[in-house]
Amino acid sequence: MELQPPSLPSPTRRRRLRLPFSPWHLVLIPLSFLLIVPLLWMLITSLETEGEANHFPPVLFPATPRFQNYSEAWAAAPFGQFFLNSALVTLVVLISNLIVCSLAGYAFARIRFLGRGALFVALMATLMVPFQVTMIPVFLIVKWFGDNVSPFLGIDHIGALMLPNLATAFGIFFLRQFFMTVPVELEEAARVDGTSRLGVLFKMVLPLSLPALSTLAALTVLTSWNDFLWPLIVITSQDQMTIPLGLSYFQGAHRVRWPLLMAANVMSLLPMLLVFIGAQRYFVQSVASTGIKG
Amino acid sequence: MAEVEFRDVTRRYPGGRSGDTVALKGLNLTVADGEFLILVGPSGCGKSTALRLLAGLDKPTSGEIRIGGAVVNGLAPGERDIAMVFQNYALYPHMTVYRNLAYGLRQRRTPRAEVQRRVRETAELLQIGELLNRKPGQLSGGQRQRVAMGRALVRRPQAFLLDEPLSNLDAKLRNQVRGDLKRLHREVPVTSIYVTHDQVEAMTLGDRLCVMSDGEVQQIGTTDDIYNRPANTFVAAFMGSPPMNLLPGDVRGGVLHVGGEAVTTVSEPDGPMTVGVRPEHLQLHPSPSAGTVSATVDFVEPLGSHALVTALVEQTRVIVAAPPGTELAPGTRIGLQMPPEHTYFFDAETGQARSRALLTHR
Repeated sequence: MELQPPSLPSPTRRRRLRLPFSPWHLVLIPLSFLLIVPLLWMLITSLETEGEANHFPPVLFPATPRFQNYSEAWAAAPFGQFFLNSALVTLVVLISNLIVCSLAGYAFARIRFLGRGALFVALMATLMVPFQVTMIPVFLIVKWFGDNVSPFLGIDHIGALMLPNLATAFGIFFLRQFFMTVPVELEEAARVDGTSRLGVLFKMVLPLSLPALSTLAALTVLTSWNDFLWPLIVITSQDQMTIPLGLSYFQGAHRVRWPLLMAANVMSLLPMLLVFIGAQRYFVQSVASTGIKG
Repeated sequence: MAEVEFRDVTRRYPGGRSGDTVALKGLNLTVADGEFLILVGPSGCGKSTALRLLAGLDKPTSGEIRIGGAVVNGLAPGERDIAMVFQNYALYPHMTVYRNLAYGLRQRRTPRAEVQRRVRETAELLQIGELLNRKPGQLSGGQRQRVAMGRALVRRPQAFLLDEPLSNLDAKLRNQVRGDLKRLHREVPVTSIYVTHDQVEAMTLGDRLCVMSDGEVQQIGTTDDIYNRPANTFVAAFMGSPPMNLLPGDVRGGVLHVGGEAVTTVSEPDGPMTVGVRPEHLQLHPSPSAGTVSATVDFVEPLGSHALVTALVEQTRVIVAAPPGTELAPGTRIGLQMPPEHTYFFDAETGQARSRALLTHR
């Protein structure tokens, strides 16, 4: 064997195939294609005539984009009302989640109290139970609230969409994990400086937890806006419907008006698309920091 | 400014099957108004616990803590009017230096103009005036340390608590800041309690030292007391660098024997005892002779101003400060002379200092 100086690349090394991109792209590009196709199809269908939408094979480029679909869809159902309801539910759920989960998460992270460990385990356990299991008990509880506390919280009112979602086990867990990483000395310094326990949370811990709060906010908005199953169970009146429910308007028993349904879909998707684009890095952070997808 | 007092303060942490941990056992300590007191001891000796109890960040299991004569046991940290400097400074990272300094004053609803005046004053005193608009993340270690000091000073508290404030600085900066601290305390003589495990820091900084170990006070006194009149073997071995040599000795008929050699006559009852001599007081003779303890050289560390000779007397390691240029091959037999006026006697069992009369002689 010939001895070669180590700095020179060996002939086999030089011949090695060099991709101009990361090999991961070979997996990721087809995968993202797979994910983006339904969205594109939705967008295309929303601009087609009903004839084109039901044509087989599918028409990929409508002859003339039919933008009237959007105005027709908007007029076909009280979409303004749906949007308002969705926005109201999302806003209340968002604000309440941020406040309640912060308080509860901080208590679990920092305050020693009897049964803290057990309570936290119980809270975590609820994360393992699928919604379909608790659906009926929650329905009964909400109904009781409607009958005994206020009709605004009861069945067939948007209050029923807010009440069970005012705080989530995930939110509490997520914020607790983040709060535990805030140095205790900071809180002690603030207390020596004359801050109350609650003041420490609001003046020190929360300002330092903005990334976590943003993540939780983005996840909460997304889940609340897209929720379909729970509104489907509790809401029947049209004036109390949220957007996902309202969309089912276009799915008649015998005929589905695809272009209108898709146009409405695009409209309902837009706000979430904006949230997602704005908060994308927080979504990644939430998965990275807890190992749990929201 | 105020006097600070611990009365029989005990802190017990309930533990599982291994039993409770007692971090502090009946601490009795009075810090005079304006005094700079050092709590020093190895880690886990209870010094930080004492400080946290005084700050109100932890509650004593029993006993009373007083600041300015008033019992503060039930008060929240913010109500005690004390300021604390933390080991890692704990500057509020989302606030500028100015707001860090002003925070405590604002919390106490000090008028805005007054806050501004006092922050500027303090910043000037500590020479951090040009840093006021920066955030802690943009400061160097030494600057952060000064801001942390400033945040405590600006409040003009009853007492100043410092928890190893220099341990995050490099050696050179630490020496400089030590000097600054001393000057600062002269200019602003607030009652200060300073926790450290570094005995050089302890000896140079404090008016008085409180040496602690295992949750108990070993000795309270000035640097001179602690160094020249150690109350027990723990203090003798902990303070001083290198520490005092402790050798097993034996008194027979009024004569002290160390390493089998009759060293000196003493007025002590017969029996075993521990003999202590500081490295700088041991006299090195090139060969064993009558009246000296024979030892075997292990190694020599030249330090420029002097050399440290480590030798073995039977199985006990002894360090001798020898004149510079001392060269001794390992294994050389040497003689060590113990000057009676610099020899300390401790009880072989309890470790308590035995003959105070001899010790005061110096």
